[in-house]
Amino acid sequence: MMDYIMAFIIGGIICAVGQILMDFTPLTPAHVLVLFVTLGAVLSGLGLYQPLVDIAGAGATVPLPGFGHTLVKGVIDEVNKYGLLGVLTGGLRSAAAGITAAVVFGYLMALIFNPKPK
Amino acid sequence: MSKFSQEQKEYQEFVKRIRPKPPYLQNMVMAFLVGGLICAIGQGILNFYVFLGLERTKEAAGATSATLVFLGAFLTGLGVYDEIGKRAGAGSIVPITGFANSIVAPAMEFKSEGYVFGVAAKMFVVAGPVLVYGITSSVIIGFIYYLLKL
Repeated sequence: MMDYIMAFIIGGIICAVGQILMDFTPLTPAHVLVLFVTLGAVLSGLGLYQPLVDIAGAGATVPLPGFGHTLVKGVIDEVNKYGLLGVLTGGLRSAAAGITAAVVFGYLMALIFNPKPK
Repeated sequence: MSKFSQEQKEYQEFVKRIRPKPPYLQNMVMAFLVGGLICAIGQGILNFYVFLGLERTKEAAGATSATLVFLGAFLTGLGVYDEIGKRAGAGSIVPITGFANSIVAPAMEFKSEGYVFGVAAKMFVVAGPVLVYGITSSVIIGFIYYLLKL
């Protein structure tokens, strides 16, 4: 039960920060997503994001900074295993499920459904 | 400013005073609640995959992302996700379901422009920049890590 509560709180805080950025700065949703992915990658590189994942579980992996973390974690794992080539292969390998799902499901849903008349 | 008469200035200030302020606090609370709820649902999906025997950090995490992306894309197709988004703001944008929403919504919208330049190209209006900056920063960080390790 505790893992659900922590996921709710930390995930909620990350989203609330995104809302504050959208309300008080000229940043659009797209800017916030790009910023969060990059921020997640940088925090992960500094070793600061994994502790948050350990505490919050899905609360840290489901929001977009978690996507940046997944990419960096994959790169670092593969650099450790394969050296320099890992820099180019690790990120997409570890994020493959999410990215492929986004492309394929995204495409199929856009084919099947039509936008609601406004 | 001098081109405005005293009367105009007073009117402008009057408008400023009575114009409703965006409900910042309400926006923030809604983002927190909806975003938190989506993450808690994600935790449930993650736990379910771990229960099925998937390894937690790689297999179950990947399966959870894929599941949430599917749900986000499906609910966007049904028109439900954008209804949630009207109230939830960043609460529905920042989770990975929002990433799926950012792919499906413009792709549906521009279907009339064809299946190449309409659907397929517009899928990446927001997702493209996210991938570009995410992947590029991960490569830069990975390269620095490689150099530090030498």
